[in-house]
Amino acid sequence: MATIRFTVNGKASSVDTEPERPLLEVLREDLGLTGTKYGCGEGQCGACTVLLDNKATVSCVTPVRAVEGRRIVTIEGLAEGGRLHAVQQAFLDEGAMQCGYCTPGMILQTVALLQLHPKPTDAQVVDGLNGNLCRCAGYHRILAAVGRAAASTGASTGTSTGKGGGQ
Amino acid sequence: MATTISKPATLVGKGIRRQEDPRLITGTAVYVDDIKMPGMHHAAIVRSPHAAARIAGINTEAALAHPGVVAVFTGADVKNLGAVPCASSLPGLRVPHHHLLAQDRVYYTGHPVAVVVATDRYVAADAASLVEVQYDPQPAVADPEKALAAGAPAVHPQWPDNTSFTFHQEGGDTGQAFRDAEIVVKQRITSQRLIPTSIETRGVVAEWRPGEKSLTMFTSTQIPHLVRTLVAGILGMPENHLRVITPEVGGGFGSKLNVYAEEALMCYIAKEIGKPVKWVESRRENFQATIHGRGHVDYYELAAKRDGTMLGLKLKLIQDLGAYHQLLTPAIPTLSVLMMPGLYKFKSISADIIGVFTNCVPTDAYRGAGRPEATHGIERMVDILAAELHMDPAEIRFKNFVGKDEFPYATTTGLFYDSGNYALPLQNAMAQVDYAGLRQEQATARAAGKLMGIGLSTYGEICAIGPSAAMPAGGWESATVKIEPSGKVTVMTGASPHGQGEETTFAQIVADELGVDIDDVMVVHGDTAVVQYGIGTFGSRGTAVGGAALFYALQELKAKIKKFGAMLLGSDNVSLVGGSCVDDATGKSVSFAEMAVAAYHAKTLPPNTQPGLVATYFWEPPNFTFPFGAHIVVTDVDRETGRISIRRYVAVDDCGKIINPLLVAGQVHGGVAQGLGQALWEEAVYDEQGQLITGELTDYALPKASFMPLIESSHTETPSPVNPLGVKGVGEAGTIGCSPAVVNSVVDALSPLGVRHIDMPLTPQKIWKLIVQSGGLS
Repeated sequence: MATIRFTVNGKASSVDTEPERPLLEVLREDLGLTGTKYGCGEGQCGACTVLLDNKATVSCVTPVRAVEGRRIVTIEGLAEGGRLHAVQQAFLDEGAMQCGYCTPGMILQTVALLQLHPKPTDAQVVDGLNGNLCRCAGYHRILAAVGRAAASTGASTGTSTGKGGGQ
Repeated sequence: MATTISKPATLVGKGIRRQEDPRLITGTAVYVDDIKMPGMHHAAIVRSPHAAARIAGINTEAALAHPGVVAVFTGADVKNLGAVPCASSLPGLRVPHHHLLAQDRVYYTGHPVAVVVATDRYVAADAASLVEVQYDPQPAVADPEKALAAGAPAVHPQWPDNTSFTFHQEGGDTGQAFRDAEIVVKQRITSQRLIPTSIETRGVVAEWRPGEKSLTMFTSTQIPHLVRTLVAGILGMPENHLRVITPEVGGGFGSKLNVYAEEALMCYIAKEIGKPVKWVESRRENFQATIHGRGHVDYYELAAKRDGTMLGLKLKLIQDLGAYHQLLTPAIPTLSVLMMPGLYKFKSISADIIGVFTNCVPTDAYRGAGRPEATHGIERMVDILAAELHMDPAEIRFKNFVGKDEFPYATTTGLFYDSGNYALPLQNAMAQVDYAGLRQEQATARAAGKLMGIGLSTYGEICAIGPSAAMPAGGWESATVKIEPSGKVTVMTGASPHGQGEETTFAQIVADELGVDIDDVMVVHGDTAVVQYGIGTFGSRGTAVGGAALFYALQELKAKIKKFGAMLLGSDNVSLVGGSCVDDATGKSVSFAEMAVAAYHAKTLPPNTQPGLVATYFWEPPNFTFPFGAHIVVTDVDRETGRISIRRYVAVDDCGKIINPLLVAGQVHGGVAQGLGQALWEEAVYDEQGQLITGELTDYALPKASFMPLIESSHTETPSPVNPLGVKGVGEAGTIGCSPAVVNSVVDALSPLGVRHIDMPLTPQKIWKLIVQSGGLS
């Protein structure tokens, strides 16, 4: 057992736990942040994606000891003061979800992508989202949502609309 | 009382945003794994590492001694409980007794053998590895054709021929058709095993309340009421003491249209230990122990005239059933037979199904369930015939379509196609791609040594499943509509969705019919204590059967509310306009809320009218619906690598009247994605010993964002006469139309090399080998 301290969604957290436990399970079970989802436990589907110091990270294969002193953002921490994050709003506007299970991971992956590439090319969008699986296969709408989010948060000119955004 | 009324704009037909979405983007939707109860225990399942073995003994002592373990259950504990149910009944069907846990043998890798229950999930998992099972491995067989061969290992020793059933269906005179034929083409065509892979795996939380002698089960399912009835039956408990709640469901695709051993086990265990218990499937378990789909080996023979007129179709269908029958396992290939004529006017068909046991997890419904296999077969055969006759594949289709004036059309398989204009989607798709121009471009490309393909599929499917007479159990659906005293509207539907967006489409229907604001409508589903009985969501039936039930419930409710309006207005001649009731003579009106208050306060009542505003309707569909469409796929194949690039994907689908075009587009996209998965990448592979080689996501190629071509989707809209909404269903259309269009396109690309057929998936390796073998490497 160890005490691990880190920041989640802007709040200091401390958990007494086995240091090798996956971050996913600590978030869900110890901190009650169930918006982060288990999909495979092997880092292959992206459903458990969170931001770790602004970088998209698959929490199912991240031991909690690795987040000591670091900043985590989960889907619950994106909206501020009741106002949706631009990426959440873009997913809502595009209707970029069906069953919704992959959606939190998709949204956080997008937030990280747009921090890295505020005006991503189509190739960067596809590449950025390629580790997140959607079996309802709403990829067209998801990619369109990324484009919409980039347009709403980035500069007013020249933002990609994302591959396959049209009907 | 107001005097001016304006009818609000209709919502049906509009692409409005989903009511479901805000909770999905904020992480506040509740799935089974998000449920936590005080005192909740956790279960881990010990599964067989062998595909076939005798169990010589099980020692649970070490597991039971592990701190935190409260119980270990084995086959002996559940021997006298009921079996995992199979709802299908075919003449002479052999149904192996499917115990909740293995008894003296295991039949597939992943077969549940024991359950360990502990205070903590990690403890349960650790202790599961301490359960010592002595296996005596037996020969296994994983391939259905090998299972039929003489001397093959018997999956179930009592049935050495590995045959669960044979089924023959004939319509018309195929003997005559084949005697009249001027050409007969034959082909073996497979539809490989697929793993449904909902991103949310299965999961169950069960709680026993001793005071009420009742069980509550949360389970991720497409059919909560059927699960309740059947699990109560397994446990031998009164059905009305079992409540099944289906919270948000993270995808099903048919894999959750089932009743699983784990559902009954968790209920049993919760009662035995007197504590809530939770089990959530790991991804590896999901691949090993949740049903797979497809698993066909089909032998087709098609008889035709040399002018392309098709006369007769014969099919020998070998269905890989796996080791057991899950809910609908044997029924799935019968759907293939029903749809084997496709959209064409066959005078005769003949089909023989052989249902084969293998040492694999059972197959059952996966998106399309029997129809993709049928469509793949007929659409490949039409192309093979066209190639033999040197006819254009479009021309041969136009020649054989059921005509638009021939509906309802009686097929040789005993169905009545409801409505259609089968040529129109193909004409539209051809115009969209400039078909003639493409063929010219292809000729030029071929002259330059390039492998370019143009593939068509014109598919039909059977939806709105279905009339009860044609179903294993009931095929109706139910809806209750309740106008609350405040005027808000609550809908309870038996069609429990799992991502389809029925909370939105159903609210659209209500808003239009009652003239209320869509935000005043709440659609409730997936709780057997709240919802009247229902069947569920599968077979593209949610809107076409569940929506129709809702429509009729609304008509009853409107008739009743109108009586209150007439009473309040003191007039016999009133109309419902928008959300109000208007006196036809004076134009005076009463609001929805005023009528609702009158109905609940009930100080005075209209003659022969009960207080309250609730209507329930159980709607029995008189027929299936038959959506159709045309997909055209243009591909380029790289000679050096075998890589396939999809240049164009054009889908023109007719799903009848469209309630919400955004949701329909989502279903088409998703359906096509799963069709592409089957056509190009996915295959569940078992080795000779019955080990699942594609046992995790690293080995099973699910479509990713980078795999997806742009899908150019449009629609024709032929209303169905079967239901009052005119809808046909769209959940499976994309999957059904897709795979033959892709394969036809790639075969067309490789046809200059003499290639006539390729079985799915069309992996680059397979294509490259074909190119090399046919001397096509430049």
